[in-house]
Amino acid sequence: MTLLNQKQKHRVSFTLNGVPVEIEVAPRTLLTDALRHGLGATGTHVGCEHGVCGACTIQINGAPARACLTLAVQVEGCVVRTVEGLAPAPDQDGQYRLSILQAAFRRHHALQCGFCTAGILMSLDAFLRETPLPSVEAITEVIGGHLCRCTGYAPIIDAAMEAAAELRGDAKHV
Amino acid sequence: MKPPPFDYLRADSIDEALAALHQHGGDARVLAGGQSLVPMLNMRLTRPSVLVDIMRVASLGEITTQRNELIVGAAVRQATLQQRPGLANEVPLLAAALPWVGHWQTRARGTICGSAAHADPSAEIPLCLTALGGTIRLRSRRKRRTVPAETFFAGTMLIDKDDDEMIEAVTFPMRRPNTGYAFAEVGRRHGDFAMVACAAMVDVAGIRLAVGGVADRPTARAFPLLEGSALDDALNEFAWALEARDDLHATARYRRDLVRQLGRQVIEAARS
Ligand code: FES
Ligand code: FES
Repeated sequence: MTLLNQKQKHRVSFTLNGVPVEIEVAPRTLLTDALRHGLGATGTHVGCEHGVCGACTIQINGAPARACLTLAVQVEGCVVRTVEGLAPAPDQDGQYRLSILQAAFRRHHALQCGFCTAGILMSLDAFLRETPLPSVEAITEVIGGHLCRCTGYAPIIDAAMEAAAELRGDAKHV
Repeated sequence: MKPPPFDYLRADSIDEALAALHQHGGDARVLAGGQSLVPMLNMRLTRPSVLVDIMRVASLGEITTQRNELIVGAAVRQATLQQRPGLANEVPLLAAALPWVGHWQTRARGTICGSAAHADPSAEIPLCLTALGGTIRLRSRRKRRTVPAETFFAGTMLIDKDDDEMIEAVTFPMRRPNTGYAFAEVGRRHGDFAMVACAAMVDVAGIRLAVGGVADRPTARAFPLLEGSALDDALNEFAWALEARDDLHATARYRRDLVRQLGRQVIEAARS
């Protein structure tokens, strides 16, 4: 049993994008705030803070999760992945490349202001791992868990379908 | 939109969780997937002094079958149950309804029992429990008891559970031979709260229709095997009996019409 008093801060350890991290938080601290304010990982955005908009979506142990509906103390010992972990390791020239999914978003103009993008990328990254051959309907349902006020969603769906094909290795490139 | 302060207790066993509930009673809340409780905390609609996290209690994460029941433990996430091979065979109604529970992202965290504990009148899981005649297994340090879904859901976010009790599991009766099941729902968008959700179960003896989103709790009613205008009349009478009210999302009249239309749709689908 672990009992964490509300009046104190407590150390929480987890893996963030492959790197072990530690942070001191009160029990009521949301994971969004722990990531953004505590660890400076501001790629995860915060819209509604009650689970509706999807902007804060990250991955916990490989599954999608609303960071705003997660207490930081709940991820003790977990593997957490955020949008900062999407781009693969730098090339020899030290330059970061976009992941296949990110590059497809760029080609299809699947983002405008970008506020929703981090969350959508994390959802799709998890979804395409479990569903390599998705239907447009299935992608639409996953995107349905996010609000985007700019794109109208159609370019996001196109980007996701193209990324899925490329990840399977049968891309007809643009 | 930040939760008020609380102590956080991570239980490693059911006994630890029950001891905390025994000690703190109504000041404690069980935290499972957090998809209903954490929004309530963020909006400060609830102010528990202790949260009891049960997700690391291994025995609560089990899905088992016993006699003719599927038993789902308190820490089983909705996505885990949805991905269970053979669910469509074991509890077809649940397999049909789970894709409608929240979003793909929230099902990955939210639990089956948590949705029952939250008791939103439009929620799909309480509706399935009510339609099928499922049960809720409660446990405290004092005793264990099993409550039928039809009396467990007692009103909007109101359940028949004492302060020191926790839901240990819920049970769904498994598919019966020569019985059809169907589910349908209408909401503003997929993943939004249902304006009306209907679940039907039809066998040679008759029809059982359960409706969510209209009254203050999911409500089931049995009919004989009616057809044509006799079925229309019965559905109309049921629609009125649910005492729909106007709200932000839909008028009472629209809800009654949805009960009539969706009701017929699921009954016909369950029959075929
Ligand atoms: S900020 Fe988490 S879902 Fe909107
Ligand atoms: S790109 Fe602006 S909200 Fe989606």
